[in-house]
Amino acid sequence: MERRTFLKVSAAAGGTLLVPVFGNAIAAEELMNPMAVQFKKALADVALNAATKAGASYCDVRIGRYLNQFITTRDVNVENIVNTESSGVGVRVLANGAYGFVATNVMTPDAVADAARQAVAIARANARLQSEPVQLAPVKGVGEVAWATPFTKDWRTVPVKDKAEMLIAANKAAMATGATFMTSMLFQVNQQKYFASTDGSYIDQDVHRLWSPFTATAVDKASGKFRTRDGLSSPAGMGYEFFDAQPRHKVRAAGGVTTLYHGAYDIVEDARAAGRQAREKLTAKSVEPGKYDLVLSPEHLFLTIHESVGHATELDRVLGYEANYAGTSFATLDKWQSKKFKYGSDIVNFVADRTTPGSLGAVGYDDEGVPGKRWDIIKDGVLVNYQATRDQAHIIGEKASHGCSFADSWSSVQFQRMPNVSLQAGAKKLTPDELVKDVKKGIYILGRGSYSIDQQRYNFQFGGQLFYEIRDGKVTQQLGDVAYQANTQEFWNACTAMCDERDWRMGGSFFDGKGQPSQISAVSHGSATTRFNGINVINTARKIA
Amino acid sequence: MKLLDKDEAKRISDKVMALTKADECRVSISGARRGNVRYARNSVSTAGLVEDTQLSVAVAFGRRQGTAQVNEFDDRSLEKAVRRAEEVARLAPENPEFMPAIGKQAFLPTPTYNANADAFSPDFRAEMAFQSIDAARRKGLVAAGFFSDSTGFECIANSNGVFGYQELASLNFTVTTRTEDGRGSGWVNRAAYDPKSFDARAASDIAIEKALRSVEAKALEPGRYTVVLEPSASSDMLNFMFGAFDARQADEGRSFLAKKGGGNRLGDRLFDEKVNVWADPWDADAPVLPWEQQSMMARRKTDLIRHGQVASLDYDRYWAQKTGKPASADHGNIIMGGGSKSTEQLIAETKKGILVTRMWYIRMVDPQSLLLTGLTRDGTFYIENGQIRHPIKNFRFNESPVVMLNNIDDLGKSMLIGDANSRFRMMIPAMRVRDFNFTSLSDAV
Repeated sequence: MERRTFLKVSAAAGGTLLVPVFGNAIAAEELMNPMAVQFKKALADVALNAATKAGASYCDVRIGRYLNQFITTRDVNVENIVNTESSGVGVRVLANGAYGFVATNVMTPDAVADAARQAVAIARANARLQSEPVQLAPVKGVGEVAWATPFTKDWRTVPVKDKAEMLIAANKAAMATGATFMTSMLFQVNQQKYFASTDGSYIDQDVHRLWSPFTATAVDKASGKFRTRDGLSSPAGMGYEFFDAQPRHKVRAAGGVTTLYHGAYDIVEDARAAGRQAREKLTAKSVEPGKYDLVLSPEHLFLTIHESVGHATELDRVLGYEANYAGTSFATLDKWQSKKFKYGSDIVNFVADRTTPGSLGAVGYDDEGVPGKRWDIIKDGVLVNYQATRDQAHIIGEKASHGCSFADSWSSVQFQRMPNVSLQAGAKKLTPDELVKDVKKGIYILGRGSYSIDQQRYNFQFGGQLFYEIRDGKVTQQLGDVAYQANTQEFWNACTAMCDERDWRMGGSFFDGKGQPSQISAVSHGSATTRFNGINVINTARKIA
Repeated sequence: MKLLDKDEAKRISDKVMALTKADECRVSISGARRGNVRYARNSVSTAGLVEDTQLSVAVAFGRRQGTAQVNEFDDRSLEKAVRRAEEVARLAPENPEFMPAIGKQAFLPTPTYNANADAFSPDFRAEMAFQSIDAARRKGLVAAGFFSDSTGFECIANSNGVFGYQELASLNFTVTTRTEDGRGSGWVNRAAYDPKSFDARAASDIAIEKALRSVEAKALEPGRYTVVLEPSASSDMLNFMFGAFDARQADEGRSFLAKKGGGNRLGDRLFDEKVNVWADPWDADAPVLPWEQQSMMARRKTDLIRHGQVASLDYDRYWAQKTGKPASADHGNIIMGGGSKSTEQLIAETKKGILVTRMWYIRMVDPQSLLLTGLTRDGTFYIENGQIRHPIKNFRFNESPVVMLNNIDDLGKSMLIGDANSRFRMMIPAMRVRDFNFTSLSDAV
C-alpha cells in the first residue's frame, strides 16, 4: 500500500518491468469455481435498492472476480509463479446530477448497502461543484444475460509445469542461436465480471486474455555493447490454443527475414530467430539519418495506430477530461464537425470495434451495460467519429453510447477506454514482397520498440525491434539505432500503400495506462503491412562517459 | 473492514505462522482506505473511496515456494490460506536462486503517518477540488485536477522472528489549468504527509500563472540549450536511471553501468561532482517504510552517487551471495542533494536558456546509453538575461540522464515530488543544465 503494488519482473536489458498487480494469490483448484450468479444478483439488488432509497437517480454495481497467473523465467530458471485473485464490489451512483463511487472487498449485504449509501454521500458532496448535471444516453435493460470469450483450451486447466517448460524451451532456443540472456513471461487473465444497473440489466461475463513476451539479449563483453530483440508475439483475447501454432498461422515477412504469426504463436520458433537476430544487431550498420520510405509490419504499426489514432480519438481527451494526465487531443470537435478534416490519405480507413474475435477489446457488453459495436472513426482519410461513453454521447449528437466504458478492477471506477481501433486492409491485391518492390530507399520495421507522443498527439517518435534496409525494391541487411519522428497528420497523409486482407492481423497493448488513479486496459489494433513515404529517421546511438 | 492496529496484525501473523508445516513462512498484511476526487472542465468528474485489506502467506519447502492470499480474517480463512500456499509450494518447480527467509531485523520507525490524516473525508476532498476550480474560474481558466489520499498500515512477519508494523498516510495533488482557447497551459504537483501542510489554492495559483503566461508561444529551432529544469521536470528521467542501478544487470554486461571488458562501474565518476544522491527511509521530508516488503530486509541510509561517483549499486540477496557482496534492500526513496537557491534565483542567473515545468511520455530509446525521449509540457519559457522573456513551443528531447547529470551548472533547493505512480518517493532540486538536446518541435499545448 505504501506505493502502488507492483510485481517486479526482469525485463529488457537495463531495467525491470513493473507490472501492476491487483489482488491475491490463489491455488489452482479455486480458479474454476465462479461465484453463483444468483448470489451476485442478490448482492447487486441490495446495492441498487440501498442507493435508490438514499436518493440516487441511477446506480450500477460491478461484482468482480479477477484472476491472473503470471509466470516469469530467466535463462533456464523459473523465477516466479504468481496466482492472484481479487474479488469485491464497486458501486457507482448518480445523485443530484453528480457521480459518487465506493468499492469494498467485503461482500456482505450490509457492507454493500453501506457502500451504496456512502457513494450517494460522495455524489452529494461533489454536486455543488457540478456546472452541469451528468446526462446518460439511454440503454435498454437486457435482463439476465451472459457472454464469454470464445476459446477451446482454458489456460486455468493447463498445468503450470507445461507452461514453464514452454517458456524454458523458448529461452534455451534463443540462447542456442546467439542470445547471452533470455527472459520470458506468460501473462494470463480471467475477468469474471457481473454488472447490474437500475436500467434493469444483469450481465454476467467471462473474459479471457493472454500474452507471452520475451527479451533476448546479446552481449559482446569485449566491446561492452549489448542489444536486445523482443518477441514478436501479439497478445490475444483467446484461450491457451493460442500456443498451438500450425503452418497456416505462420506468415512470411517481406524478404523472408523472419516468421510472423496470425491467430496462434510459436514462441520457441520466434525465440530461435530472436537469438540470432539479437546477435546480428551487435554489428548492424548504424542508420544514416534522413528521409526514408517506411514499410511497417502489423507487429509494429499497431502501436503507432494506438498512440496516434486510438488515443487521439478518445472523446474524453478531446473534451478535456484527461487534460491533467494523459492530455487532450489535436482531433478537436471543430475538425470533426467540418466533415473534411484529412487525418490521413484517401486509402486510410479506421474502424473501431468491440466485436472482432480473438481481439483484446472484444466483450459482450461494456461496464455500463452497452452491447459491443463496430463503427467508423476515419473514412477515406476523413475524421468521422470518436469513442464515447453514455455520458458523452449527447455531445457528439449520438443517441446511444459506443460502449467504451471500462474499469480495470471492481475497485476502480469505470471511464472511457479505447475499443479495438484498426486500419482496414487495402482494396487491391498486394503482398508484402510486392509492396516492397518499388521502394527505392526505405526501412522495413517489425516489432514494438520505444514509443513516445505528446499530450495532444501531434509529435511522435517510435523505435522497433527489427530494422531492415530496403534498397531498390529489395530487403537487405539489418540496420541499427533507428527511430522515426513525425507529426500524426503528416504521417497518415504520407500513407501510400497497404497490403490486402490476406496480410491483415492484430497487434495489441496488454497494459495500456490511462486515468487518475491510473488504470490499465487491453486493446488490439489490426492492420496489413503498410507503406509511408518520406518519413524522418534519426540515429539514436550515443556515447556516455 | 476496519484497518488493523499493531496488536491485531501481530495476533493474525502469529496465528498464521503457527499453522504451517512448511520449513519457513512469510506473512504480509496490507490495509488501506484510499479516497480521491478528480475534476475536469471546472467540474468534478469522478470521486471515490476504496477500502481493501489483504493477507499474503508465502511458505517454502526447501527451494520450493508457494504464495496464497486472502482478504478474510476469520480462523477458517487463515487456515485455508496456509494450506493453499503449502499446496502451491509442493507443486512449484525448485528455484535455484531461492533465498531462505531473512533473519531478525531491527526496524527503526519512520514518520510515514500523521495524525492529521483523520481529516480526509468526502467533504475535505470536495473542498480541495472547490478551491482549485474556484481559483481557475476567477481567472477565466479551465482546471482539470486530481486529489488523492491514502491512510493505512503495512505489516510484515516471518518465522525467523521478523516483525514490522507501521501506519502510513499521504496525499498527492496535481492540477492542469488551461486557457479556454487551449493556447495556454500550466501544471503543478504536490505531495504531502500532513493534510494541514497542503494548500490547494496556493498550488493551483502556480498552474494558473503558468497557463496565463504560456499563450502566444514562439517557436525556437530545435538544438542544444541551457535549461532550468524544475524538480518535477527531471524527476521522471532520474526515476529511469535509479531503476537501472542493478548490480546484476551491470555485471552481466547489459546496463549503462556495465564496464567494457566485464565488471561494473562502481566507483567510476560518471556524473558532475556536484551530484550527490542517497536513499534514506528516515528523511523527514520524504519518509518511507524502514523495510523492503519483498525481502523484509531493513532499509539503510545509502549513498548512490557521491561527488559524481557511483557510490553503490543494488544487490538483491541472491546476487549479493553469489558475488560475495552485502545485499541491499530496494530503496523506497531517492534524495538528490541541492543548494539553497530557489528556481527563481536559478532563472535570474541564467543568461540564455529554457525553463521547463514538466517532461512527459518519457521512454527508453537505448538502454546502452540510457538515452530517453520525451517532451516538455505545460509551461516552457525562454529565459534571457535572467528574465523569462516569452513562452515557447514544446520540444521533444533525446537525452540521457547520465549526460544531463554531467552538464550540471547549478542546483536549487530539493523538494518532494508528488507522483503516485513513481517507484520511488523523490526529493529533487531544480537544476540548470548545459547543452540539453531538443530534437524536434511539437504543436501540443
